[in-house]
Amino acid sequence: MVALAALRVVRCGGGSLRAARAVFSADSYLLCASGDFVKMYSVATEETLRLMGGHADLVTGVQLNPHNHMQLYSSSLDGSIKLWDFMDGIPIKTFTVGCKLLALYTLASCEDSVFVVIPKSGERDTFQLVSVKLTKATGQDLEAKELLVVLDGVDASPKRIAFGREGEYVASVKEVNLQIYFFRQKQLNRFSVSTTKTKSGNNHFTCVACHPTEDCIATGHADGKIRLWRNFYHKKQYTFSTLHWHHDTVMDLAFSVEGTSLLSGGVESVLVLWHNTSDCQKDFLPRLGSPIEYISMSSDGALCCTLHTDNRITIINSNLRFSKSIQGLIKSADVKTGLVVDPRTKALVLNGEPGHLQFYCLQSDQQLFSLDIVQRQYIHQAGLKQADLVKVAFSARGKWLATVEEREEETDPELQLKLWFYDEETQSFKLNTRINTPHEDHITDMCFRDMDELEDDSLILVTAGRDRMFKVWVMVEDTDPEAQQSVSWSCDFVGNYHNYQATHCCFSEDGSVLAVSFEETVTVWDSVTWDLKCTFCHPPGKIRNICFGRLTCSKYLIGATDFGFLCCWNLLSCALEWSAHLNVLVLQPDPLSEYIAAVSWLSKESSLFVFKPNEPRPIYIQRNLCKEKIQLAAFVPRDEPETIGSEKYLWLRRSQLFFLTDTQELMTLSTKSLEERLTPSSKQLAVEECLPVTPFSLLLGKHRRQQSQEDIDLGKLVVRNKPEQDSPAVKELLHTPAHVLPSASFLCPIFINSLLISKKNESAEEVGDEEEMESEKTEDDSDEERDVAEMEQEDTSPVELLGEMTCKLSKSQEKELRKIRKMDYSWISAF
Amino acid sequence: MATYKPVVVQSFPKLGEKITQDTLYWRGYKTPVQIKEFGAVNKIDFSPIPPYNYAVTASSRIHIYGRYSQEPIKTFSRFKDAAYCATYRDDGNLLVAGSEEGSIRLFDVSGRAPLRQFDGHTKPVHVVGFLSDKYRIFSGGDDYSSNLWDIPSATEIVSYSEHTDYVRCGCASKVNADVFITGSYDHTVKLFDARSKRSVMTIEHGQPVESVLLFPSGGLLVSAGGRYVKVWDVLKGGQLLVSLKNHHKTVTCLCLNSSGQRLLSGSLDRHVKIYSTTSYKVVHSFNYATSILSLALSPEDETIVVGMTNGVLNVKHRRPEEKKEKLLKKRQPAYRTYVKGRTYMPKQEDFCVSKPVKRVLRKYDKLLKSFQSSKALDAVLEPPIRLYTPEVTVAVMQELHRRGTLRSALAGRDEKQINLLLTFVARRVIEPRFTPILVTVADMITDIYQPVVGQSAIVDRQFLRLQEAIGKEIDYQEELLEVLGMMDTLFATFTKKTATYLEENKSNGLTETIETNMNN
Repeated sequence: MVALAALRVVRCGGGSLRAARAVFSADSYLLCASGDFVKMYSVATEETLRLMGGHADLVTGVQLNPHNHMQLYSSSLDGSIKLWDFMDGIPIKTFTVGCKLLALYTLASCEDSVFVVIPKSGERDTFQLVSVKLTKATGQDLEAKELLVVLDGVDASPKRIAFGREGEYVASVKEVNLQIYFFRQKQLNRFSVSTTKTKSGNNHFTCVACHPTEDCIATGHADGKIRLWRNFYHKKQYTFSTLHWHHDTVMDLAFSVEGTSLLSGGVESVLVLWHNTSDCQKDFLPRLGSPIEYISMSSDGALCCTLHTDNRITIINSNLRFSKSIQGLIKSADVKTGLVVDPRTKALVLNGEPGHLQFYCLQSDQQLFSLDIVQRQYIHQAGLKQADLVKVAFSARGKWLATVEEREEETDPELQLKLWFYDEETQSFKLNTRINTPHEDHITDMCFRDMDELEDDSLILVTAGRDRMFKVWVMVEDTDPEAQQSVSWSCDFVGNYHNYQATHCCFSEDGSVLAVSFEETVTVWDSVTWDLKCTFCHPPGKIRNICFGRLTCSKYLIGATDFGFLCCWNLLSCALEWSAHLNVLVLQPDPLSEYIAAVSWLSKESSLFVFKPNEPRPIYIQRNLCKEKIQLAAFVPRDEPETIGSEKYLWLRRSQLFFLTDTQELMTLSTKSLEERLTPSSKQLAVEECLPVTPFSLLLGKHRRQQSQEDIDLGKLVVRNKPEQDSPAVKELLHTPAHVLPSASFLCPIFINSLLISKKNESAEEVGDEEEMESEKTEDDSDEERDVAEMEQEDTSPVELLGEMTCKLSKSQEKELRKIRKMDYSWISAF
Repeated sequence: MATYKPVVVQSFPKLGEKITQDTLYWRGYKTPVQIKEFGAVNKIDFSPIPPYNYAVTASSRIHIYGRYSQEPIKTFSRFKDAAYCATYRDDGNLLVAGSEEGSIRLFDVSGRAPLRQFDGHTKPVHVVGFLSDKYRIFSGGDDYSSNLWDIPSATEIVSYSEHTDYVRCGCASKVNADVFITGSYDHTVKLFDARSKRSVMTIEHGQPVESVLLFPSGGLLVSAGGRYVKVWDVLKGGQLLVSLKNHHKTVTCLCLNSSGQRLLSGSLDRHVKIYSTTSYKVVHSFNYATSILSLALSPEDETIVVGMTNGVLNVKHRRPEEKKEKLLKKRQPAYRTYVKGRTYMPKQEDFCVSKPVKRVLRKYDKLLKSFQSSKALDAVLEPPIRLYTPEVTVAVMQELHRRGTLRSALAGRDEKQINLLLTFVARRVIEPRFTPILVTVADMITDIYQPVVGQSAIVDRQFLRLQEAIGKEIDYQEELLEVLGMMDTLFATFTKKTATYLEENKSNGLTETIETNMNN
């Protein structure tokens, strides 16, 4: 049962899209590597159509099969190359190579081999390009051990190898060297550029692209230059020309399909189109949001897509018009805001694009929207200090949002506290108040007084700052009735304690008491009179985290200190209730229950402890949660309480725990077993399942239901409806991809036949006669129907074999089968 | 794909009074006209009929001024001693005035000699007025009595001796011809009905009553005395509605504006305050040179006349409404171009294609968009931007600093441009909203142009000015900190800590800006 399964740590939030270039399929789908999966997007609707999972590690390369545009090769760090039928999301073959594969290339001229980059055995950090012969043997799992080294000493990045005109040569760059290997002549030419260091960086090669029709290689450099190499057949008389626009590293290059223009992108997040590969004619598509990592062109040249460092795919028309963008979870380098849950949408809120706040929906794994907080032009330039969001807090019902942005400077930081009001009409947050320099130094913590039952007037915001004070902000009504805005925020109270830095602040559940930690001391303040009520101190170590208990445990205050102590104070007796020795990194109370989750870091592994403040014994312990340090955690309330049988996991009933590691992986704890989670995505066969519910389908469904209802009401025999719905033939016919089906003329009779109303009992004989008189073809169909039905029953055998099997039936076999069918055909039709 | 985000120009809330409809309305007066009278002006009364002449009582004369005349158009000077309270009748034909010798005189505004004289008061009569039936006069004198007189026969109808001190103010009801009120130094306001032998209502004001006023509806009564202005509900038996204490010296006069929406009070503290009669909040106030004794507002609020203790009459006329139709020099496109296609109503099946709104960027934004830092800085150093909207200049400087290109934008300028920059910095660096960024700019300029110091006299002078400005500011801030320290000690001695916290809080965000205001 579900409950008995152990709690598993599950990665969520989608994988990084940064591993490999995306690939356009011939019929306008976009395929790209995403973590351990290959994702298929529809270019027209931006929807994720399919998620192909099967690799055990990061997917590093995605390439179409040059000989069958319906098939796709993917390589992964787990050492296998998989051949997919991406229309169905079915793995056709798996070739095991046996060592890490870092990049994958295919060539039309090489019938049966693909090229991969593998680490050179025995040496660290050297890689070689090898061709792998893919055996044509039958069977699903195959060994591909026939490796042929093409180039030695290549770079691991997939951008640094490119295959030239019709696969005549391969170019590879590493540091300052360019090597070109001609397959036919078996000749290797090496070129190098002189190492010069300029202000903007060195001139190391960063990427390479080959002209599709001419002998021309374009290389990108770290100093922003693009060099076009020609005449490289000769070791001496080669020439190159330089294009220079980028001020920083050229991240990727791509030639248009005809080779008339060159696309380049870099850190500036500007896509540059060089016409006729000359310096004078260029077009720009600026402000793409974040640095461009990869550029890929569709085979017909109509579309181009850029992959960005922040998990975004931008689809661009050939005339350099922005068309669409697909946005995943943005994993910024440093999540300063913490994981916050928006009470309105239940979305996870964290730093997104620079200066933006992303609202990320966990259920649908997509970004809901991105709120521009800083509202300034972001300059994509390395080493520039720009304002970024550091703190976020929502009021209890999500009506108010407080954000703090800061810009580091040598002298004093530029701070802004902004308060946003949720506008019901526009369904978005509107800026209400902007406070410049709310504190003289960094703001360390911020919280709203969370009171559901009280009106807005009681809303209070508390900010704690490194300038040794905490400030209380309240809403003020504007006196002028003519003014548009009726409320604004202003400072109401400033408190400090012995000139210590305020580090954390937290309101009790009923909002009557505010706890502010000052380095080693926790102070408790009355939230009405702002009197200091009492102080708690547990000597060694500064306070790292504080929180109040909830519901029945609301009289407890929990604090974690630097030197590995977890303390629980009773607010009624003002005494230490219990303390435990635990190096707590994250302390997260569940907003809907009494449970508090503490994540500790003990000798290179993170452990999770769940406890109730009223008893010092933890309810649940999970050692070795993950190898990485956990930075942040958040409880996200579930839409409906999950049924959890086991007492042990009761704390997961109302909300789900998400946490973010320092490698920016978003993880969660799941009670469901692996199979259960994977079913919907990996066993997806039918197109229907991923089709959205359209008004038409609803209408149709309703109509059908009505019909059947009527039938029942009239007391008719509803025999016919059953086979129609359940007929494996029809189902299979509708669900099997068109390219594996036999011709339509072949299928038509069987389809129509299956739709026919089955005969009434009295006329059964008659029908039988009729049927017998039908042509052989019909029977042929019917035995196919039978085949399909059999196929359907065996769950284990992959369905893609269907086409092969039907085709492979020899004439004699068919005849035999026909005979058999003739015998019991009437029997079938009767049912 | 994001569009270019223009530079955010930070706007700061203005301290002091907020601009409201009221401030705009009450500011719409021209510079005042000052007329010197012979003595303290104790009463100003506007004629209720056009052309709205007004009678000014000062010393032993009553002057009648026309609307725009600065010389009296008529003078009544048949008083042996001081005249008091010259008041027009409703039809604007008769004028009545009390006097120091105790007699009350009635004048025809076109005549010269008094038509009637009412004798009966034994002491000076400071208040007289017509009842709304036009045939009777009420008066109040320093002999503590309030009398009612018949005009045709010039005889006393009734005399009430209920006040126990000087009667100094009064007012007749506009609704009921028999009702009038008087206010006295015995701290009371009494309401009399001519039909009864005794006062019908007594209201305890609490201070010597200097002025009373009835609302046109007759339901509300306003009394002024001491520092208070109090509003009473007469119909509820004299219940106190609201007590206003906005002056810090005795309030001497009251007046309603023509619509009855605003109440004006003048005081010895040299202020005229304007209250809203719905919220009783001060919506505006005027300053005058000396203590105010009398105040009057012409119909339609065309003119405010204020009389002061030093005998100066201050007359403010409303500025005529500005005509907005200016001659259009440029020929506008024909009407047809505007309406073309506009009148077409899309049908239900029509697919509407909306044209994207073209955003107009300012010049500096366009330059910043194309990363032309130097030119962007040049653009915001143009005179109109630099002089009138320095916040834009500073915002662009900040943006350049943020982009790390401020130094290169500042560098490579000639003498004239450096002079310009330094003038701007020296002038604005002391403004707290600009200080952080302008200090950086000043720093960079000194850094960049250090080698050329001494080559140009103009630039050197500007550097010295900058130094001077910063030096002054530092001194000033030190002084302020000292004051703050003193205040802190004072508050600390005020026993409780709550007071300290409150002070601290106030000193937090606002002090700096207030400081500069004081500086300017």
